[in-house]
Amino acid sequence: MSAEPTLLAPVADEPAPSGRSILRRLLTNVSVLIGGIVLVVMTLIALLAPQLGTVDPTAIDPVARNKKPGFERTIRSDDGANSTFTYRMGTDSLGRDVYSRVVYGARISLAISIAVALASIAIGLVIGLVAGYVRILDGPIMRVMDGLMAIPGILLAIAVVSLFRAGLTAVIIAIIVPEIPRVVRLVRSIVLSVREEPYVEAAIMAGTRVPKLMIRHILPNTTAPLIVQGTFIAASAILVEAILSFLGVGIPPETPSWGNIMAEGRNLFRVFPHNILYPGIFLGLTVLAVNILGDGLRDTLDPKMAGR
Amino acid sequence: MLGYILRRLLAAIPVLVIVAVLVFLMLRLTPGDPAAVIAGDNASSEQIALVRNRLGLDQPILAQFTIWAKNLLSGNLGESFFFKKPISELILGRIEPTLSLAFATILIAICVAIPLGVLAAYKHGSWIDRIVMGFSVLGFSIPVFVIGYLLIYLFAITLGWFPVQGYQPISAGFGGYLQRLVLPALTLSVIYIALIARMTRASVLEVLNEDYIRTARAKGQVERKILFRHALKNAAVPIVTVVGIGIALLIGGVVVTESVFAIPGLGRLTVDAVLARDYPTIQAVILLFSGIYVGINLLIDLTYSLFDPRIRY
Repeated sequence: MSAEPTLLAPVADEPAPSGRSILRRLLTNVSVLIGGIVLVVMTLIALLAPQLGTVDPTAIDPVARNKKPGFERTIRSDDGANSTFTYRMGTDSLGRDVYSRVVYGARISLAISIAVALASIAIGLVIGLVAGYVRILDGPIMRVMDGLMAIPGILLAIAVVSLFRAGLTAVIIAIIVPEIPRVVRLVRSIVLSVREEPYVEAAIMAGTRVPKLMIRHILPNTTAPLIVQGTFIAASAILVEAILSFLGVGIPPETPSWGNIMAEGRNLFRVFPHNILYPGIFLGLTVLAVNILGDGLRDTLDPKMAGR
Repeated sequence: MLGYILRRLLAAIPVLVIVAVLVFLMLRLTPGDPAAVIAGDNASSEQIALVRNRLGLDQPILAQFTIWAKNLLSGNLGESFFFKKPISELILGRIEPTLSLAFATILIAICVAIPLGVLAAYKHGSWIDRIVMGFSVLGFSIPVFVIGYLLIYLFAITLGWFPVQGYQPISAGFGGYLQRLVLPALTLSVIYIALIARMTRASVLEVLNEDYIRTARAKGQVERKILFRHALKNAAVPIVTVVGIGIALLIGGVVVTESVFAIPGLGRLTVDAVLARDYPTIQAVILLFSGIYVGINLLIDLTYSLFDPRIRY
């Protein structure tokens, strides 16, 4: 490093932290640890759903409709032996086991949050890089983004979802669209500030081609903020999915997502609050964990934003 | 000042035009015949032809937009095919509950969040600070409708203090109006409180390190006055800004809260319109809400100089 001309060294207040020290700082951050552990547990629940004493989450059972948590039912199998099945979280109005639906619901909600976070970041990154680097396109792109941001997020998601036939893809697209402008703004602002840095100007002077300039010099600066932004998008995606399902415009009602279980429980809420309570706890806990993780990541990776 | 207002107004207009274009394109870019979509699922082919002719859907897209924008500017939002009524009439009939809910929410949120945020900043690092910050993260993590049902379960079903659901117009008696407004407004204010308290804390925390705060302390000023007169006033610009940005959250929350509490407002209208695929109404409501959002933020920009006289226009 010292052999190189100082002009090419990154301008930073402190030496750039190595990969290992970042990892150590992450693992000693309480927020990252707590959020991470809860999320690992949720992921395990999602992956191991069939092994956790669940039954088919979509199986309808007219005999066991609207049962309170702890309801036991003796099932006589074909060979004459009796077995007892306990509905740990009760059943819904179609007799589906709420516990199984909540456990399987972790799969849907986590999958949606990851898909939305990755897609929003990828699309926003590309548009943001173009806006920040290609001066002619900057104005038009940012005006469209301003327009998108002027439409309140949930409203935009509802509008987008109304354009498609109901389904998982429609819901994912509907949650992605309002998130993109935020990512674009973030990436663009980073590109605009980084391209003024001496080492980028030096690279341009040295004749570095645009693709290499982007990948080597500009992209690495966006990594930390985008990881932080991505966790917050993941948290908001889980919430928006639940809200869309709750309003009746989400994924098909038989799919066991947390939002759908709660939407189903709406009508009989006064008598059977558990149909909203249990999925609500799982959902709240997961989103809380992602948010706490995001706060921790921001404090560790992006110290400039700490304390906000 | 007048010049600044004009410039800001002129800057807000393109944003609204772009929103209008996006909302317009929304329907035109979807696969299928927009006339058939607008006319609804049960329309006959004559009705579809009528819609196509009236909205000029057989003309080039630019001409279509001109017709649409002209109608919009003259206050003609079109007709709802689901409710069989002019949309402007629909909106007018639904505006009172939504405005009441929004005002009550903003009032609760500001009255709770700002003192909490100031306190958290003042007692920085203490357990009060941790509780406020913890509540703030929690508020962002629970869906509005879960909060709504929890409050209904606790205060309406178990304690019986408030009605479970419903809305009563203010003309039918202020007591009943207020009684039905408390739970929905509390529900909706949670996320708003979380947002404002967080920003108040961060902003006041920054200001508390300034020299003039030390000067105020040195001259023996009472702590309460230091906090609310010196610190809060100087910390106000980011707080007021976040109140404006939070309007977007508030509008999204209105849609959900009105569904939970069966309030016949604009949010419920939005959901009904989406469920019925009543596109003219969806478009009108989105435009209206976006206009309100942009307008409020514009007003808030103009108040900056009240809080910080250094800001000149």
